[in-house]
Amino acid sequence: MAEQVKVEEVADAMYKMVKDSMGQKKWKATDLTKAVLELFGDRCDKALAKSAIRELIESGKCVYTYFGGSFIEIPHKEGAEN
Amino acid sequence: MAKEKRKTPKLDELEKGKWPSFVKEIKTAAEKNPMAEDLLGQLERSYEEKIGHWKHGGIVGVLGYGGGVIGRYSDLPEEFPNVSHFHTLRINHPAGWFYTSDVLRKLCDIWEKHGSGLTNMHGSTGDIIFLGTRTEELEPVFKELTDIGFDLGGSGSDVRTPSCCCGKARCEWACYDTMALTYFLTMHYQDELHRPAFPYKWKFKMAGCPNDCVASIARSDMSIIGTWRDEIQMDKEAVAEYAKSGLNIQRDVVGNCPAKCMDWDGKEIKIDNKACVKCMHCINTMPKALSPGKDRGACILIGSKAPIVEGALLSSVLIPFIKLEPPYTELIDLVDRIHEVWAENGKNRERVGEFIQRVGMGNFLEAIEVEPIPQMIAHPRENPYVFYEEYYEEDGEDSDGQEEEK
Ligand code: HEM
Ligand code: HEM
Ligand code: SF4
Ligand code: SF4
Repeated sequence: MAEQVKVEEVADAMYKMVKDSMGQKKWKATDLTKAVLELFGDRCDKALAKSAIRELIESGKCVYTYFGGSFIEIPHKEGAEN
Repeated sequence: MAKEKRKTPKLDELEKGKWPSFVKEIKTAAEKNPMAEDLLGQLERSYEEKIGHWKHGGIVGVLGYGGGVIGRYSDLPEEFPNVSHFHTLRINHPAGWFYTSDVLRKLCDIWEKHGSGLTNMHGSTGDIIFLGTRTEELEPVFKELTDIGFDLGGSGSDVRTPSCCCGKARCEWACYDTMALTYFLTMHYQDELHRPAFPYKWKFKMAGCPNDCVASIARSDMSIIGTWRDEIQMDKEAVAEYAKSGLNIQRDVVGNCPAKCMDWDGKEIKIDNKACVKCMHCINTMPKALSPGKDRGACILIGSKAPIVEGALLSSVLIPFIKLEPPYTELIDLVDRIHEVWAENGKNRERVGEFIQRVGMGNFLEAIEVEPIPQMIAHPRENPYVFYEEYYEEDGEDSDGQEEEK
């Protein structure tokens, strides 16, 4: 099996996906996981994707949001807050 | 500005009568707390106009967590500035809802300091509910809560705060230790509880016996309900006492057995335990004489939900009997397989019960590697166009004429 990519690299890739599609697509954790598995092939697995999401959230680069279901987004001021 | 007392004629109606009144409680809180005071104002206004004045927020929370905070804002912030933010916190309750009075005081102190002071003990999720605070108060509340050993609960597409009946702590009918399992699942699924990664919510509810005092069969994606597989225990002397004291055993016990598996000859009760469906009726009626058997465990059911995106569902049997003792390996393996299949294939906002309806129980069972058995039938088949694979194979062209090995 190929050597795994670094967790930061996976997190960066996820961040780019979220950022590039801001306002057009909302990403769930599973969507991001599927996307990086596709991107990195056998150099990434679900556990690594999970750590990358955790990294994104705990660094504050992304936040979980709730609109019916839970999504992962770039922090922003929310519309409902006047 | 000297404050004039707010007039709330519509809310005042809800203080009448002998029962507890949430209006009375909000008014008490309002004496000290401006959020509670403005809440009265906005609520009265809603009652006049018959319009809700709350807006949903979706982004507020504490760092690192995807659940536990439910964002709310007023759409009349100028008139009711103290409730312009009114976020709710869900706090993971202790299994079985046991507290010391000391810790209850601490919880209330935290909330009077940082929020409206209004709590809901407990929400229908099971959690302790802290009603109403501002965004900038969330982190300070969270810190103080963790300092006294509490944590936020679930919300959004995650494992929700598991909850249970009081089980063995207070009830001799508990067929397994509901509180221990609740604590175990809460700790084991910490990651899934705080970091939403599912298509939608997932609820575990643990009931110690088929009386199901937490209504798990109607309110949880996985309902874990205590049961037994040997004979109902009977104290014959106590049976005689009930008869002597005037209980009509024939009419009120035997006559109401849904399985018609009981007999009463005027002296003794006979139970055909193989036919008993564990409904608890006889045991509930004669608690001193009858109790669940000795070979105890639980039945695992799957799929209930309230109507939100689609209609309500009750859970149906997945595993008829399982022994539930630490380290609960068999249960965890099963749950993980279900989560994997549902997370991978579920649509956004699709509960596991709806997922099963969409893909079919047969396909679901195959995916989670559980053999179909008769106990899983929730009701008789009603669609004659459903066929079974084996049925085709026996007569089909591919069949080699041999019966499938059993
Ligand atoms: C071209 C039009 C129709 C066709 C081809 C058709 C065909 C069928 C078929 C094949 C079934 C059997 C379904 C099953 O086994 O579950 C069925 C059942 C039934 N159909 Fe129709 N049908 C037609 C029109 C109607 C109409 C107009 C009515 C009522 C006014 C009707 C009333 C029923 C009823 C009540 C059943 C259930 C019978 C039972 O299983 O006891 N059908 N139909
Ligand atoms: C508008 C025309 C027709 C209607 C409404 C109709 C309706 C029905 C209904 C309600 C049944 C009962 C199904 C059940 O509950 O088991 C049935 C059975 C059946 N029909 Fe028809 N039918 C129609 C035309 C035909 C025609 C033209 C044929 C044959 C060429 C046919 C052959 C059969 C057969 C063989 C069954 C028995 C199927 C079984 O028991 O599995 N039907 N039909
Ligand atoms: S569900 Fe059964 S075991 Fe639990 S408290 Fe109710 S009666 Fe007792
Ligand atoms: S538990 Fe219910 S089904 Fe079983 S014997 Fe008692 S009444 Fe009958």
